[in-house]
Amino acid sequence: MTATTIRTVPPARQPRTGLPRLARQLWRRLISMRTALVLLFLLALAAVPGSLLPQRPLNPPKVQAYIASHGAWGRFLDRIGAFDVFGSIWFSAVYLLLFASLIGCLVPRIAVYARALRARPLKAPRHLDRLAEHAALGTGLAPDEAAARISRTLRPRWRTEVRAEDGGALAVSAEKGYSREAGNLLFHVSLLAALVLIAAGRLLSYEGSIVVTEGSGFCNRPISYDTFSAGRLVQAGQLSDFCIDQLEEFRASYREDGSPAQFQARVAYSEGLAGPSRQHVIEVNHPLRLDGDRVYLLNHGYSPTVTITRPGRTPVTDTEPFLPEDAVLTSEGAFKLPGRDGSSDDDLGLSAIFAPTAVITGGVVSSISPVANAPVLAVLAYTGVLNPNGQPQSVYSLDPKQIAAGKLKQVAAKNLGLGESMRLPDGTVIRFDGYRQWANLQVSHDPSQTALLVAAVLMVLGLLGSLAVRRRRLWVRIAPAGPESASAARSVVSVGGLARTDGGNFAAEFTALVAQLSAALDSGPPDAPAVRSSTDSTADKIGAGRD
Amino acid sequence: MAVNTGLASLSEGLWTAATGTYMLAVVAYTGEYAFGRNGRIARTSADRTVQAGAVASRQPALVGGGETAGASDHLRPAEASDQPPVEIDPVRQDGTAGRRWGRAAVGLTVLAALFHLASVAIRGIAVDRVPWGNMYEFTLVVGLMATVAWLATLVRMPQLRYLGLFVMMPVLLVMFLAGTLYTKASKLVPALQSYWLAIHVSSVAVAEGILLTSAAITAMYLVRARFERHAAAGTAPARFAALGSRLPAAAALDKAAYRTVAFAFPIYTAGVIFGAIWAEAAWGRYWGWDPKETWAFIAWVVYAMYLHARATAGWKGNRAAYINLLGFAAMTFNFFVVNIVISGLHSYAGLS
Repeated sequence: MTATTIRTVPPARQPRTGLPRLARQLWRRLISMRTALVLLFLLALAAVPGSLLPQRPLNPPKVQAYIASHGAWGRFLDRIGAFDVFGSIWFSAVYLLLFASLIGCLVPRIAVYARALRARPLKAPRHLDRLAEHAALGTGLAPDEAAARISRTLRPRWRTEVRAEDGGALAVSAEKGYSREAGNLLFHVSLLAALVLIAAGRLLSYEGSIVVTEGSGFCNRPISYDTFSAGRLVQAGQLSDFCIDQLEEFRASYREDGSPAQFQARVAYSEGLAGPSRQHVIEVNHPLRLDGDRVYLLNHGYSPTVTITRPGRTPVTDTEPFLPEDAVLTSEGAFKLPGRDGSSDDDLGLSAIFAPTAVITGGVVSSISPVANAPVLAVLAYTGVLNPNGQPQSVYSLDPKQIAAGKLKQVAAKNLGLGESMRLPDGTVIRFDGYRQWANLQVSHDPSQTALLVAAVLMVLGLLGSLAVRRRRLWVRIAPAGPESASAARSVVSVGGLARTDGGNFAAEFTALVAQLSAALDSGPPDAPAVRSSTDSTADKIGAGRD
Repeated sequence: MAVNTGLASLSEGLWTAATGTYMLAVVAYTGEYAFGRNGRIARTSADRTVQAGAVASRQPALVGGGETAGASDHLRPAEASDQPPVEIDPVRQDGTAGRRWGRAAVGLTVLAALFHLASVAIRGIAVDRVPWGNMYEFTLVVGLMATVAWLATLVRMPQLRYLGLFVMMPVLLVMFLAGTLYTKASKLVPALQSYWLAIHVSSVAVAEGILLTSAAITAMYLVRARFERHAAAGTAPARFAALGSRLPAAAALDKAAYRTVAFAFPIYTAGVIFGAIWAEAAWGRYWGWDPKETWAFIAWVVYAMYLHARATAGWKGNRAAYINLLGFAAMTFNFFVVNIVISGLHSYAGLS
């Protein structure tokens, strides 16, 4: 990539007046390579805080914690968008400027390249022997026959042009490596296309995440999901029409050392209003791919089941997903049972820890394996007011503020094995019935990503062309041999070559080329070839090449 | 199938053997560097020959250029720029001792590479998966790639052999580093059970091995360029730049550094794209600015800067070289700091 990628700034008509002239100057500065380099550097630099500071789109609680613990500094960072670097104004500004700079550079270059494609190879320089690579041959052929043979030999890979020169000489100009610039342009155009597609994808994509316990399901609507985010052009009522009718079974298998081996979620799903119900096993790395949407398995855990029998009321059986706290799936969660209508402090709440294979040391339950070999549910039972304002609260815990305020009072605590019960002072009986498993499923929709993949593949192909193709120029001058020529040579052939891009060993390429040309001139009648060379070393190499 | 502990410990034994053999190779390369044609001892004896006025040579040989006479210009150590060509006695310049050291060094490198390859392969067999599932294994693969890249360079340009010291030292460091990152042989968690592990990680490892070589060449370039500036100004080079006297011409090193990056950059780009394809299958999105992705992006942009800088007036030479080193720094940061310090989706280091 030497002269080829130096940005060509088109010669411009200079407007005389102030403002247009200033605008033109700014534009020309923007599309210069130096500016592009500075913008690339700024782009890399601007991305750094995105990896060092917690980012809101990835982990909102971490951002809150960071701001809380860093006071004014944290608030300042928040104000300048440092917790959403890749959505911030300054990051966008850098890449939009780069975008503009790239377009400003590419458009004239495409025009130049289109002209270069139609242009004929350059005229031969007068003194071919002043080029770094040069050689001379003699041939028994007349100049026109020699020129024809040389063109024929070069033509499969070179663009050639034969010109008549003074004194009856003919000059063959040849050039190759046009696809280098084509590759370079392809790369940059594909990069632009990729950026456009990424932007389109952000506007048109959505993502929903939901925790589903075995036996239940959901449909693809924003309200179904625990969390849902969508691009600006997504209309909430028009998501793809499908339902995961049921998570039929979640299966986790583990190795002897307790490390996970495989996770599988078997689901029944249907597409469309009256689509048939189908089955599919979703695994990590193997989502369910529907038309336009993909369903991923992201996480898993246990959902214990309890039956709560309050005196004089109908028994209630409840299954709630518990959040894993560690690798062996010691999980925390809560059951919430509202009290009788009208009563203010009759709610019952259970804060519980589920241990799939429990060991109890000093009354504290912990798990030693993620497999449910000996499950224990450690229950803290509270009565009082669960949710005085009716505001949304976590389903995984009781409101700690209510407990701290004494509005929820602990009335009993017990570790329950499978099938065991506990009795509260008011006569309520809580039985640990069993457990199911839950899977965290994520639905993703991004209509642009197939086209983006194509753009990415084109980028790599363009890069390969841009970095691997070598641009070469070759000139061959065939002059009629003078009368003083002692040998049978009728023409004197001089060859000169120029490497327009680094890469490869042009000296060796040139030697091989000269040998090839020499062989073409020697083959068939009329014969009497004579090889002569400008330097001893070249003659040696040609000789070696022909042996 | 459980982990085969017998094979796993064989693999660890081979790591020890490979590291020990690399150490011997470094010693031998040092021997060649000291006693070879380009070495200080040869140069000193050449100077003495000149002082003694022995102008008995049939052909003029540039000091340090003896073995490379057949090579193209840009690979010849460019002594011409700092000293006038001197005629020396070819008999005293054959550098037999140096050549022996050099041959031994290459032999030891090949042997070490075989141990190294066997260690990686047997680890893979022991755990029944591709052998680059954690930092220890990945480091071993990058080191192996750097050695293979070096041996491939030697096949094409044997005259560069005397620079082996500067390539094998980093490889030896990488081997020790792998030792500190050691992780017991184990199976993969479900997240890593994908054929993309083979494709994505191997392409990135190959690219990083080559970029490591480029960074080493660039470091040599900076030393040599400073030496040449001193030589042009007629001043005595400082201690560090004096090392440059035995290095190839700055222009040749610059070109070699560029060509290695030009070779690795499309591979690295493809590696990142493979990662995006895998991320789409594993996490539901092709790009999510996970710290690992962010730093891959930063390194990619910096190497893109390098490729552009080399074609921009005013940015060629030293500036481009520093950008190359900056790219390598970003890549190294991505490997060590992001894997070990920053938590993210790519937290597979296996260290705890």
